[in-house]
Amino acid sequence: MTKHNTYRAGADEDGHFGIYGGRYVAETLMPLILAVETEWNKAKSDPDFWKEFHYYMKHYVGRPSPLYFAERLTEKFGGAKVYFKRDELNHTGAHKINNTIGQILMAKRMGKTRIIAETGAGQHGVATATVCALFGLPCIVYMGATDVERQSPNVFRMNLLGAEVRPVTSGTGTLKDAMNEALRDWVSNVDDTFYIIGTVAGPHPYPTMVRDFQSVIGDEVREQMQEAEGRLPDTLVACLGGGSNAMGLFHPFLDNETVEIIGVEAGGKGIDTDEHCASLTLGKPGVLHGNRTYLLQTDGGQILDGHSISAGLDYPGIGPEHSWLKDRGRVNYVSVTDNEALDAFQLCTKAEGIIPALEPSHALAHVAKIAGSYPRDHLLVLNMCGRGDKDIFAVAKHLGIDMGDTDQG
Amino acid sequence: MAQQTETRITKMFDRLKAEGRGGLGTFITAGDPDYDTGLEILMGLANAGADMIEFGIPFSDPMADGPAIQASSLRALKKGMTLAKTLNMVREFRKQDDVTPIILMGYYNPIYIYGIDIFLADAKEAGIDGYIVVDLPPEEENELCKPAIAAGMNFIYLTAPTTDDERLPRVVENASGFIYFVSITGITGTKSATSADIAPHLERIRKHTNLPIAVGFGIKTPKNAADTVKVGDAAVVGSALVKVITDNLDENDNPMPGIAPKVHKLVSELAAGVRSVNKRIGA
Repeated sequence: MTKHNTYRAGADEDGHFGIYGGRYVAETLMPLILAVETEWNKAKSDPDFWKEFHYYMKHYVGRPSPLYFAERLTEKFGGAKVYFKRDELNHTGAHKINNTIGQILMAKRMGKTRIIAETGAGQHGVATATVCALFGLPCIVYMGATDVERQSPNVFRMNLLGAEVRPVTSGTGTLKDAMNEALRDWVSNVDDTFYIIGTVAGPHPYPTMVRDFQSVIGDEVREQMQEAEGRLPDTLVACLGGGSNAMGLFHPFLDNETVEIIGVEAGGKGIDTDEHCASLTLGKPGVLHGNRTYLLQTDGGQILDGHSISAGLDYPGIGPEHSWLKDRGRVNYVSVTDNEALDAFQLCTKAEGIIPALEPSHALAHVAKIAGSYPRDHLLVLNMCGRGDKDIFAVAKHLGIDMGDTDQG
Repeated sequence: MAQQTETRITKMFDRLKAEGRGGLGTFITAGDPDYDTGLEILMGLANAGADMIEFGIPFSDPMADGPAIQASSLRALKKGMTLAKTLNMVREFRKQDDVTPIILMGYYNPIYIYGIDIFLADAKEAGIDGYIVVDLPPEEENELCKPAIAAGMNFIYLTAPTTDDERLPRVVENASGFIYFVSITGITGTKSATSADIAPHLERIRKHTNLPIAVGFGIKTPKNAADTVKVGDAAVVGSALVKVITDNLDENDNPMPGIAPKVHKLVSELAAGVRSVNKRIGA
């Protein structure tokens, strides 16, 4: 599939990145998946499709997001020049909207009139509910019952936007179960429904389609860094749950071999404990949710729940292209713990006046570890993929601060 | 079309044809509600009238299944059920019954993690005749379908109302044993289709294959089953049997006495329904 001289040619026509990816879905869904693929192949080479996509990126999402030189943190770390790609400034406060705009345009092209989505922390749910409001389509969001409780402000936001949030109690009531339930809905409503998947996972063509929408991040960084420093960045760092913000930043740079690329997984309470979400670091290849990829699972192939302080990283799998990039050695995947992320969250807030989401706080925690070891002219880009307003209650709880009646967040 | 290996499945459909009737397939999840009770249920299915047994491999994320079968999978897993123990139960069954076909049904990951070659060898030795793996469409046929056929077993493909005429040839290309028609667009144990809904689809499928067709999803009562075999070659009942188990558990999900006979009683009723339909040509 991939030519030897490029990391960017995948997936192949069957949706595989090496042994990863694929289309492991029930027959009832196969014709739908194939229809999405056919339409996607048309859309991606249709200039009008991209024109409309970029129209919304500019006027609705607020792109390009700035590439900001984090001078105070750079001083503190005493090494690499640290830049933030400010995707937390997007409309709805995270990178998720890049993808939901793209997919709702796909749904519109396909004449679908009902939208479903899964969500963990609620960011993808909010981004989906937002584009459904914008395009006047009914929206149903599946969310693990545990997450509905933990993330009640996002549930309320989705409701305000007109979406119906369906709590999922099946399985263990978490993000993976929300995805199962969304797939069950799709199987039951094949004629009118489009499933907006929130990350670079799922059956082909979702991993490549979502990647191509999120690549707006990396494409902008390339241009902005050229403008700021006259050259390519040296190191890219992003956090991974399913891996969409990371893939969006990384993909445009994969063939620039001088660019070091680092993905940061959620180490939870530590990767020497059972409570983490480091699928690439500690999982093994398996098949779930339509694709083969690294998964947290038992010796018998049962899927385990991930654990992370950040609900957005709490997925036991990872996009299949990341699995392939790991095996090829092109991207270095590491993990940081809940506590390290909490420290980075506070550091960033105080030093830069930016409250990061807990997800990119993981990436920043790793930057804090490595930045000092680089020379002063080393250009490092961190994807600040979400803002932390949603997380202040969780953080307060961990810091032992009583927020009164609103402690649910 | 794939080489049709003779298995207990193909022999069963030949017998049904000779007897001029439709077949009853029963689905239960292996090890639900626990190993011993699950084994007792399995052991009595054929005597109660099941013509073939679909034996569910418990999986943490059964995404094509409705609430009843999801819960049965989780119950079995909680009691420590594994794929290896599933095969053990089949070995036990084979000591008393070398005729009734057993088809393993489930999702791919537990099989993949077991290791394909060793799994096929173990399953064949245990007495498995075929496989229905929900998340392995023809697009992924190199994973298990082709190796299973090469190992002398059947690989049964699902077709759905959404599987149109353009796609059907691809689906039946390597199908063997029989075709499993998913009678509704939905998950197990929810909606039901009528024989009038089903008939045109079966007619469509028969234009592409000579394999027998079993119909499943949403068949709950003896009457449903009887209606189904008027148009299909076999009816498969799953969630309704699992529901008997669910209804006979205490608050800790432990089985109450008499659970296996209750399951077998429903199987007998379903079998009577199926056998009430005369499918002899010209009948």
